[in-house]
Amino acid sequence: MRERLLRWETVLVLAVVVVALVGGGDFLNGKNLFYLGLDIGEIALIALPLTLVIVAGEIDLSVASVLGLSSALIGTLWNAGLPLETILPIVVLVGALCGAVNGLLVTGLGLPSLAVTIGTLALYRGLALVLLGDTAVADFPSSYTQFGTTPVPGTDFPYPIVVFAVLAVAFGVLLHGSSFGRAVYAIGANTEAARFSGIRVKRTKLILFTLTGAVAALAGVVYTLRFSSARADNGTGLELAVVAAVLLGGVSIFGGKGSLGGVIAGVLLLGGLRNLLILDDVSTETLTIVTGLLLLVGVLAPPSAVRFARWRAGRTILKEATR
Amino acid sequence: MIRKLATVTALALLLAACGGTTKDSGAKPGGPSGTTGAANAQAELKTGLKFTYLPKAVNIPYFSVVGKGVEQAAGEVKGEYKATGPSDASAASQVTYINTAAQQRQDALLLAANDQNAVAPALKAARAQGMKVVTLDSDVAADARDLFINQVDSTEIAVKQVELISEAIGGTGEIALLSATANATNQNTWIAIMKEELAKPKYAGLKLVDTVYGNDEDQMSFQKTQGLLQAHPGLKGIIAPTTVGLAAAARYLSSSEYKGKVALTGLGTPNQLREYVNDGTVKSLALWEPAKLGYLATIAAASLISGRITGAEGEKFTAGSLGEYTIGKKAEVILGPPTVFTKDNIGQYNF
Repeated sequence: MRERLLRWETVLVLAVVVVALVGGGDFLNGKNLFYLGLDIGEIALIALPLTLVIVAGEIDLSVASVLGLSSALIGTLWNAGLPLETILPIVVLVGALCGAVNGLLVTGLGLPSLAVTIGTLALYRGLALVLLGDTAVADFPSSYTQFGTTPVPGTDFPYPIVVFAVLAVAFGVLLHGSSFGRAVYAIGANTEAARFSGIRVKRTKLILFTLTGAVAALAGVVYTLRFSSARADNGTGLELAVVAAVLLGGVSIFGGKGSLGGVIAGVLLLGGLRNLLILDDVSTETLTIVTGLLLLVGVLAPPSAVRFARWRAGRTILKEATR
Repeated sequence: MIRKLATVTALALLLAACGGTTKDSGAKPGGPSGTTGAANAQAELKTGLKFTYLPKAVNIPYFSVVGKGVEQAAGEVKGEYKATGPSDASAASQVTYINTAAQQRQDALLLAANDQNAVAPALKAARAQGMKVVTLDSDVAADARDLFINQVDSTEIAVKQVELISEAIGGTGEIALLSATANATNQNTWIAIMKEELAKPKYAGLKLVDTVYGNDEDQMSFQKTQGLLQAHPGLKGIIAPTTVGLAAAARYLSSSEYKGKVALTGLGTPNQLREYVNDGTVKSLALWEPAKLGYLATIAAASLISGRITGAEGEKFTAGSLGEYTIGKKAEVILGPPTVFTKDNIGQYNF
């Protein structure tokens, strides 16, 4: 019980509750929660598959560029006269393909994912610019853009959050309730050991990168509809926000540790705090500093807590021995 | 794997043939929204109104000066003033702040938009809630705001800059443009007019060789200037129709071998450019007075809320010390002609 209370996820959930309580009525009303849901939509979506990638000891920094490419592709195909019903599966497919390219470069050539995805970060953004250039496509019918701007009838949930909820359950089962998920943890903890115990390391990683690409493209769809604006530079810099949220959620950048629940709490905490600070008219500079400090805490706290626990355990043993 | 992919792609394309909503199938919404009720020019200006000013990004000196005008006007009508905004001038970054203003039940939003489309859905939602939206400096889609306060007639400002660069380089040579973001509405309008102007016989000697975008970021604008001069060794002049771009370009030129050889003009504030005007890097620049822009937008917003105007073409209103203005087509109000700053007069301005 005590160990459970001290878990990082618990701390995060408590922090989210504190933010909500401090915010009070201005924060905890349907309209504001709807805006909050919209604001964190894309980050929350991408954080799901990225959690698995980072747990497996890899990283994908190209996600925001895949989002931009997806947005640019939507604009290009829409201009070409294709219906959105057709464009969306194509876009998700192209996203999966981008992810697969990352995965193949990492597994096939054995390159470090950090280097590969810094490369494809530029490459995919470049392709997006080739497709749509400096222009924006904005003449989408309101019957579609309302998916990104209005709540689900009768509730205060934006549509993207519904998509997120479905995917969160799916990824939760995949990571925490399947042999695939156990393989992901094993790979992240010790790749060599995982390989010797019969886990198909390369295939697992390839699947993870492909899933990440597909979800990033889906986030591109959400982004495009939300702003009714398909642009090649959509989501620039978003990869850092997503990686930050995943790390704050307690996932170890070295792999093998972390949970999806923690990441979701991390996304909510970052998004909620930002929303609350803006509501309270805190200056942009303060906002940036607070977010930065929070991330530092997020990265430093879990390993420090482990060390502290070890130190205490060590002292107890020492006491027992010297008694 | 490849066969699977091919099958899926083929399926997707088949779906395309089955129809659905396409670009051409739906009627597009457009045009300014209908205004309701009649204006009463004699109505009292309401007091205690809450104004939120949302610039393209915080910490851009030009927008800070616009904000001073908003603050002054808000004070004169005994209202509350608040400035807020994102730290980057990207297309989507303002949406959170628009939603927040609506959430905070502000009476009016004074907005300089980064992108005419990306903020439109949020603005429409905010207006549906009763908030008045007045854009200044950079407009949004006409059905997403009540009024647009244009700093200057687009043609006047574009033509003036072409005239200034032509004078500075003696009427002949290669010139280039250093703009802000590629989607900035005002920049693109001016650039289009400049191109028309350059096509005229009197500017036959001027050749526009490149247009680059510094995204209204100092470092990027600095580097783009550097890049322009390397890419075009014969370049004689640069027009930077953005305050951030002009200051960065001036800083680069003044410290490079091109100082005095490559002319620079554009839109900038006297305080930012004074040093470069005095050392000869920049011969002349143009700008409207930004505080007046903020002032006019705020009085216009107060007049809208008080029912003095509705936003219909031809309506007139008085903006304090600035005098009387008339609402033009598409609910647009023009502040006035630009001021040209040179070595002779730049000392008289402080903004």
